[in-house]
Amino acid sequence: MYSFIVFLPLIGFLVAGLLGRRIGDRPSEAVTTGLLFVSAILSWIAFVQVGFGQTPVNTPVLGTWMNSGALRVEWALRIDTLTVVMLVVVTTVSSLVHLYSIGYMAEDPHRPRFFAYLSLFTFAMLMLVTADNLVQMFFGWEGVGLASYLLIGFWYEKPSANAAAIKAFVVNRVGDFGFALGIFLVFFLTGSVALDTIFAAAPGLAGKTIHLFGVDWDAMTITCLLLFMGAMGKSAQFLLHTWLPDAMEGPTPVSALIHAATMVTAGVFMVARLSPLFEQAPAALSVVTIFGATTAFFAATVGLVQNDIKRVIAYSTCSQLGYMFVAMGVGGYSLGIFHLFTHAFFKALLFLGAGSVIHAMHHEQDMRKMGGLHKHIPATFWLMTAGTFALTGLPLTSGFFSKDAIIEAAFVSQRPGALYAFFMVAIAAGLTSFYSWRLVFMTFFGPERWAAEDAHGHDAHAGDASGHDDHALEPHESPAVMLVPLYVLAAGALFAGLVFRNAFIGDGAEAFWKKALFQRADNHLLHDMHNVPEFIAHLATWMMLAGFAAAAWFYIFSPLTPRRLAERNPQLYQFLLNKWYFDELYDLIFVRPAFWLGRLFWKGGDGRVIDGIGPDGIAARVIETAGRAAKLQTGYLYHYAFAMLMGVAAMMTWYLLGGVR
Amino acid sequence: MFGFGLLTGLIVLPLVGAAFILCLRGDDEATKNNARWAALLATLVTFALALWAWRLFDPASAAFQLVEEKRWAGSGLVYKLGIDGISMPFVVLTAFLMPFCILASWESITTRVKEYMIAFLVLETLMIGVFCALDLVLFYLFFEGGLIPMFLIIGVWGGKRRVYASFKFFLYTLVGSLLMLLAIMAMYGAAGTTDITVLLKTAFPSSMQKWLWLAFFASFAVKMPMWPVHTWLPDAHVEAPTAGSVILAGILLKMGGYGFIRFSLPMFPEASQYFAPLVYTLSIIAIVYTSLVALVQEDMKKLIAYSSVAHMGFVTMGLFAMNQQGVQGAVFQMVSHGLVSGALFLCVGVVYDRIHTREIDAYGGLVKNMPLYAVALMVFTMANAGLPGTSGFVGEFLTLIGAFSANSWVGFFATTGVILSAAYALYLYRRIIFGVFDKPALAGIADLSAREIALLAPLLALTIYYGVHPQPILDACAASVAGLIRDYDAALAAVKVAAAAAH
Repeated sequence: MYSFIVFLPLIGFLVAGLLGRRIGDRPSEAVTTGLLFVSAILSWIAFVQVGFGQTPVNTPVLGTWMNSGALRVEWALRIDTLTVVMLVVVTTVSSLVHLYSIGYMAEDPHRPRFFAYLSLFTFAMLMLVTADNLVQMFFGWEGVGLASYLLIGFWYEKPSANAAAIKAFVVNRVGDFGFALGIFLVFFLTGSVALDTIFAAAPGLAGKTIHLFGVDWDAMTITCLLLFMGAMGKSAQFLLHTWLPDAMEGPTPVSALIHAATMVTAGVFMVARLSPLFEQAPAALSVVTIFGATTAFFAATVGLVQNDIKRVIAYSTCSQLGYMFVAMGVGGYSLGIFHLFTHAFFKALLFLGAGSVIHAMHHEQDMRKMGGLHKHIPATFWLMTAGTFALTGLPLTSGFFSKDAIIEAAFVSQRPGALYAFFMVAIAAGLTSFYSWRLVFMTFFGPERWAAEDAHGHDAHAGDASGHDDHALEPHESPAVMLVPLYVLAAGALFAGLVFRNAFIGDGAEAFWKKALFQRADNHLLHDMHNVPEFIAHLATWMMLAGFAAAAWFYIFSPLTPRRLAERNPQLYQFLLNKWYFDELYDLIFVRPAFWLGRLFWKGGDGRVIDGIGPDGIAARVIETAGRAAKLQTGYLYHYAFAMLMGVAAMMTWYLLGGVR
Repeated sequence: MFGFGLLTGLIVLPLVGAAFILCLRGDDEATKNNARWAALLATLVTFALALWAWRLFDPASAAFQLVEEKRWAGSGLVYKLGIDGISMPFVVLTAFLMPFCILASWESITTRVKEYMIAFLVLETLMIGVFCALDLVLFYLFFEGGLIPMFLIIGVWGGKRRVYASFKFFLYTLVGSLLMLLAIMAMYGAAGTTDITVLLKTAFPSSMQKWLWLAFFASFAVKMPMWPVHTWLPDAHVEAPTAGSVILAGILLKMGGYGFIRFSLPMFPEASQYFAPLVYTLSIIAIVYTSLVALVQEDMKKLIAYSSVAHMGFVTMGLFAMNQQGVQGAVFQMVSHGLVSGALFLCVGVVYDRIHTREIDAYGGLVKNMPLYAVALMVFTMANAGLPGTSGFVGEFLTLIGAFSANSWVGFFATTGVILSAAYALYLYRRIIFGVFDKPALAGIADLSAREIALLAPLLALTIYYGVHPQPILDACAASVAGLIRDYDAALAAVKVAAAAAH
C-alpha cells in the first residue's frame, strides 16, 4: 500500500508527461488527478492505521541505491506517524490542487505538461517524507526543487518567471550546500547515513568535539547547524528567503501546493525527523529558534505593505514557517508539526481562494485594483474569510490551537533565545492579523476600484486571458471544480484543530506519535505548557483582535490613514516595500561579483595569463627565435665561409685541447 | 585465434573496419554510405564484444583478467593485455560511445567521409588499447597514438580556428607526454621491466617516486585537464566536430584519471600522499574557477567544456582522497561524465546542424518548436548540475563524501560547486530553451529527427538508470578499488615503520 501511495503520482507523471500530447488534455488531467485521489485515500487509511491503530512502524526496502565501502544507501519507505501525517498533508492538498487546476488552467494550452509537473512534484515530496536515510531525503529534497523550478517557470515566455525559477533553484542549492556538508559530516561521524543507525549513535556523540574547517566544534552542534542550513533554504528562512516571494510567478495552484502547503514545510519536517540529532545539540536549537523568530517577524512586517495579493500570502507563509521553526527550536516538535498540518489547510485555502479572486478579476493580482468583490463572488469571499479566521487564530479554528500553542511554548521555554522568540512571534501574531484582514478588506470591501480600470489595462499572462474577453469587466464566480476543493480545505481550516488537537499535542500525543519524534529526558516543554499564566494564553487572541481592529480602521473606516502614514514615514515604508532591500544586497554581493569574477578568470586568467605565458607565449617565442635565425641567412658567400671557418677552428681547438690532456 | 584473446579482438575489430573502408574506391554518395555503414557495423560489433567481455569479467576479483601476453622476439618489448575492475567500465564506455559518434556524423560530415571514419576507428583501437595495456611501453604507444587521429579530426573536419586549436591541443599534450616517456625509461632502468603487473608490486625509492610522480602528473594533468593546463580543452571542443567533442569529453579526458589510478597512486604511494595537497588545491580551483568561467560563456560548447573541467576537478579530488567512496566515486563520475557530457555535445550538435551557430544568444524559446529536444536537454542539464536521480549526482556525491572524510576544507570548497553548477547549467538552459520564440533565424526549426532520437534516447535512459541504480559500475570496480587502497595503505605503513626503525 505504501508503495502505491508514493508511486501512483510517478505513474501519473509518466503518463501525462510522455503520452500527454498523444492522449490529449482531458485524459491527462483525469489520469493524474484520479491517481492522486487514490493516493490520498490510501494515505488517510495509513494515517488512521499508523497514528491511531497498532500498526507497527515498518520500513519496506525497495532496493539498493548505492553501496561503496561503508556507505550503504537504500531506497526504502519509512512509515511512522510523522510520515503518515506528511503523507496525508501532501496527498490531500495535492489531489485538491490537481482538481482545482482543471478549472483554473482550463484555458492554458500546456495542461498535460502542467499536470505532469504537479504529479512529479508530489512524487518527489513523498520520497522526501518517506526517506529512511539522509541521501534519499536529499533525493526528494532536490526533486521537489526541480519540480518547483519547472512550475515557477511554467509560463516560460515571461522573463520574470524564468528568472524567478532559476533564483529559486540556486538559492535552494545554497541551502543544499549546507545540507550536503551535514550529510558528509554525519557519515564521517557515524559511518552511516541510515536514520536508525545515526539516531542510535547520536547520544554517544553529544558533547564530543571535532576539528573541522580549522576550528574545534561541538560535533552535534555543527552537524545540526549544517543540516539546518538546508532547512533554511527549502523553508525560506531569513537570509535564504528571497526566492519565495518571486516564486509567485508560477501559476497560483502551484503556489498553493508547493510554496505554501508542502515543499516549503520540508525544512520543518527535516528538523522534526532529525529530532534525535537536534535534541543533542541545544546550541543549534537556539539558532533554529532565533532564525525562526526573526523570520516570523521580518516576513510579517514586509507583508504589511505588499500590494500583490499573492505576495502578501507568500510573506505570510514565510512568517508562519518561522513559527514552526520556533516550535522546533524550543523542543516542541509536535507543536511545529501540528502547525504544519493545520497551516497546510488554511494556507492552501487562502492561496486557492486568491487564485479564485485572480480568476474572477481576469488575472489581475494587484489589490489596489480590486475592492468591493464580496457582492460579486460571495462564495470565494466566505471561503477566504474562513481561511483568514484560521490564519489569524480565531478561537476554535485550527490556527487558534496550533499557533497559540507555539507562542505559549516560546514563553515557557528556558532555551536561550526563546524569550526573544516569544516577543517576535507575539508581535508577529498582531501583524499577521493586520495584513490578513487588510487583504480581505482591500479585496472584498470598499469601492469597486476595478470598475474604473480599462478592461485591457491589466497585464495578462501570455495568451492566457484571451478567453475572457466576451465578459470583460464583470468579476465572475469560479466554477464548481474550483470551489469544491476550497470547501474541503475550508472544512479542514476550521475544524482540523478541533478534531486533531488531542492526538497531535494533547493527552493523546504519546500514543499518537509513538516515538516518531524524539525528546530528551530533560525536555519538559509540553508539561510546562500546562502552567502558562492566564494572560499569556489569551495574548494571541488579543493580538489578533488588535490587528483586526487596526486593519478595519485603516481600510474601511479611514481609508486615507495608510497613505498618510506612508507619507509621513517614507523611509520605513520604502524599506518594507522593498523587502528590507535583500534582493538588492544579494545582487550586489553575490550575483554581480560571480559574473565579474567569471569574466576576470576567463579573459584575464585563462586568456592573458595562462595562454599568454603558456602555448601562445611559447609559440610567439618560437616565431621570434626563428626570425632571428632567419636574419643570419644573409645570402653573402663570405659570411658563410667565415662562419664555417670559425666553426672548423673551434672544433679543432676543442679536439686539440682534448688531445693535450 | 592465433593464441590471441578477447581483448585483442576488441583492439583489432575497429582496425578491420578501417581496413575495409580503406579498400573502398570512389568518392560518390554510395561509397560514402558504405563507409558509414561499415564504420557503424564495426563499432557495433566491437560494442557487442565489449559487453561479452563484461559478462566474462568477474567483479569479485581484484586481479587482472582476460590476460594475454606475446613477446616480440628478442626485442624486450611485450604485448600484454588485461583488464581489472577499474579499466572494465572504461572499455565498455569507449565501445558504447563509438556508435553514437558514427551516427552523429552521419549527415553533418560530407567531405572526406572515408578518411573521417577511418580516423575514428583507429582512434577507437587506440583508446581501447590504452585501457587494456598491461605493458608500460605499449600503454605509452596507445596513449600517444591517440593524439594523432584526434589531431586530424580537429584539424581537418573542425571549425574556423581549427588549426590553432589542434596545434594547441597537440603541443600541450605532447609536452606532458615527453616527460612521461622520460619517466618510463627511468622506471625501466630501475625495475628492469615494463610489465605493469610487476611494476605495481615494485617499491620505488621515495626520492625517485617524487620525480616519477611529477613526470606522470605532467602528462595526466594535461589530459584531465586540470587547472591551469586546461586552456586547450575549450578551444579543442569548440573547433572539433560534434563527434570529436563527444569522444574528447567522453573518453580522452578519462585517460588522465585512468592514468592516475593505474600508475600514480599504486606505483608512487609516498609521492601521491606527499603531493595530495597540491592536487586538492588544483581540483578546488578547477571546480570554483572554471564554474565561474562557465557562467559567463557565450558559446554553448565552451560552456560545456568549462563545466567538464569542473567535473574533472571532482574526479581528481576523489582520487587523491584515497578512500573507497572517493575513488569509486571518481570512477563513476568519469563514466557518468562520459555519458552526460557526450550527450550534451550531441545536443549542441543537434541545433548546430540546423542553425550553424553555437552562439547562445542566437537561440531562445526553442521549447515552442522543439519540445522533445527541450526534454532531453533538461535531463542532461540536470545531470550536469548533479541532480539526485541522475548519474551526475552519484559521482559528485561519492567523491565529495570521500573528500570530506579526507579533508573537511576540501569538501567544503568543492561542495560550493553544487551551487555554481546549478547556476551555469540552468542559466544556459534558460537562454536556449525558454523565453519568447521570435528570432527569425529560428523560424521553422524542426524537432528531433528519428536518428537523433535514436542517438539521445539510450543516453537519456542510462543517465537516469545509473542515477537510481549505479550498482553495476560501482560493483565492477569495488574489488579493484578496495585492493588499490589496501596496497596503498600498506605501502605507506611500511614506509612509516621503516622511518621509525631508522631513528
